[in-house]
Amino acid sequence: MQLSFKNGAAQTLAQLPTGSQAYLERLDLPEEMSQRLMELGFLPGTSVVAAGSAPGGDPRIFRVDGSEIALRRDTACRLYISAEPIPDLDQI
Amino acid sequence: MSDSGSCHGAAPQTVSRKEGHYVALVGPPNAGKSTLFNRLTGLRQKVANFPGVTVEHHVGRVKDSTGRELFVVDLPGIYSMTPRSEDEQVTYDVLTGAKESLGLPDGIILILDSTNLQRHLVLAAPVLALGLPTLVVLNMADDLEARGGKVDPSALAREIGAPVALISAASGQGVERVVQFLQGTGARPVVPQPRVELPVLPNLPARRRWAGRVGLQAGYTPPAPPEWTRRLDRIFLHPVLGPLIFLVVVLAVFQGIFTGAQPMMDGVESLIGWSGERLGNLLPEGILRSLLVEGVWGGVGSVVVFLPQILLLFLFIGILEDSGYLARAAVIADRTMSRVGLQGKAFIPLLSAYACAVPAIMATRTIENKRDRLATVLIAPFMTCSARLPVYTLLIAAFVPNTPIVGQLLGLQAAVLLGLYLLGFAAAVGTALLLRSTVLRHAKTTFVMELPAYRRPSLRSLLLRLIDRAVIFLKRAGTVILLVTVLLWVLAHLPYKDGKAPPIEESIAGQIGRAVEPAIQPLGFNWKIGIGLITSLAAREVIVGTLGTIYGIENAEQDSPPLIESLRKDLTPGGAFALMIFFAFAMQCFSTVAIVRRELGSWAWPAAQFAYMGLLAYFGALATNQLWLHFR
Repeated sequence: MQLSFKNGAAQTLAQLPTGSQAYLERLDLPEEMSQRLMELGFLPGTSVVAAGSAPGGDPRIFRVDGSEIALRRDTACRLYISAEPIPDLDQI
Repeated sequence: MSDSGSCHGAAPQTVSRKEGHYVALVGPPNAGKSTLFNRLTGLRQKVANFPGVTVEHHVGRVKDSTGRELFVVDLPGIYSMTPRSEDEQVTYDVLTGAKESLGLPDGIILILDSTNLQRHLVLAAPVLALGLPTLVVLNMADDLEARGGKVDPSALAREIGAPVALISAASGQGVERVVQFLQGTGARPVVPQPRVELPVLPNLPARRRWAGRVGLQAGYTPPAPPEWTRRLDRIFLHPVLGPLIFLVVVLAVFQGIFTGAQPMMDGVESLIGWSGERLGNLLPEGILRSLLVEGVWGGVGSVVVFLPQILLLFLFIGILEDSGYLARAAVIADRTMSRVGLQGKAFIPLLSAYACAVPAIMATRTIENKRDRLATVLIAPFMTCSARLPVYTLLIAAFVPNTPIVGQLLGLQAAVLLGLYLLGFAAAVGTALLLRSTVLRHAKTTFVMELPAYRRPSLRSLLLRLIDRAVIFLKRAGTVILLVTVLLWVLAHLPYKDGKAPPIEESIAGQIGRAVEPAIQPLGFNWKIGIGLITSLAAREVIVGTLGTIYGIENAEQDSPPLIESLRKDLTPGGAFALMIFFAFAMQCFSTVAIVRRELGSWAWPAAQFAYMGLLAYFGALATNQLWLHFR
């Protein structure tokens, strides 16, 4: 894997190294796509673990809210993450 | 079986209000909806279309202990009550009573996966808010328990104000609770008072937080992660082993469809031949016998022969799907498919299309992205389906000598056949690329796939699915083919002269053939091939039977030579190769046109597809024949 980011340095899910965990901050995707991902558990504030990938590294597989979801890198790079839990979720 | 009903006839094609009470079965994809549906209704189910939409559903009936019958409607899976796809719209319309012919359901069975309860509970809030009598079913209780998870159904029932049943649809555990609910349906519903009013939940994050709180109150302990699934995924998605296993699986399915189905197909074929002969012996010689034996029996029989192959394909796909491997296969295939403007989920339909484009196009429903689904439907008919095989086999046997190329390993005949398969594949890839740079230029392909835990497929649900497929196939293909063969038979025997059928050349069919001859002459085809091209619009393999009939009638005076001999005399090698190329490209299949129309909901797409494939076929064949004329 060409990613040399530390967990803290990763800004999007695409950069999150396999085996690491982060919190989802926001989804920067068209309405329909982000709605679908939110239904699958990709809600802001949720903990996401990079679980693996297809042979060749794309799509990648993420563990979120009790299930495993495969996403292409070009989708994952629009999901911004943070290393710390996000407070004040109720304001979203 | 835990229901008390006895086996009855079929449910009607559409459900309507008049026919009694009905209960809607809803839930997210992968929650086990179909398994529960199969368990409740068994063989008393039918595929139905809701009026006005092209989405197919299962409707089954359950008879309770008092002899009262009610319908269970299996609705498409939804993640939320915000409809976006056509499937979700149907579910939404039914639940809100927008389908006037159907009216509001008398009850709802909401089925959720207990191993992922909190995420699935998100759907409970909007469904319960509808105010209809609802049973919340928590499925996969055995899985939950085995992995150390817990939930208190009665505490959950108090929290949400609806009865809750913890069941395992696969093993049947607890299903009697669902049957009890069905029996109470239609009577005044007994609903426990909710401890708290269900809050108004404006958006998804709020609903998810609500679900989390409710789960906590219900003593929900999530199960341990599915260790087996993770272990298996380390193998199936391994950088080296993963693609290898993938290839082996694909080749095994392929080999199974062709080699494994062959004895069964031979069996069916000889059974049809034998019974046709028997039927012929029963009838006096004359028009009726000729129509029934040559027309109806021969025509319908030529399609029924493909049944074992199609069932075997669905058996393989069913096993792969139910076990959970298919989701992984789609993930592995996605990267390659994205290069030509497709996505991983298209892999399954395209593989199926090597048997038959009709079930393949139906299988594209799993692709939610409209753009990707359209692209897959449009290229699927290029895959070399099994109906092309009889045509290829006949022409190759007649015109290609079987000289060895690579020793005993590969002969020229096999090489030509392989070439034709590759040609179809190349046409599909080329068309996908063409679509990506033209009509589908602006829409983006996407891929989002939930990977379910691996499970052992249940024999019961596999069998039910096969029966379902067999009925649909026989009904659809049977009716179309029946009509066309009877029509061809009539056209080949009219107009009557002096009380008997005219020579085929002067029949209506012959005249039609002569009329198209000028257009196809540059391709190296004569009027007889012309008739075959027209009849094979119904289904490709029909041309073999048609040519057999035409040469048979033509040579009726002498000992008729085998079809291969007649073809060799009648067609140049250039024409024969042109014919193979024509069949590789042309959309000579009425069933495919009809299914594309049904799945895409308009005639415009199948018309464009038919024209595109037809032009490609015509000019491909023209080029082939002209090249041969030039270089021979």
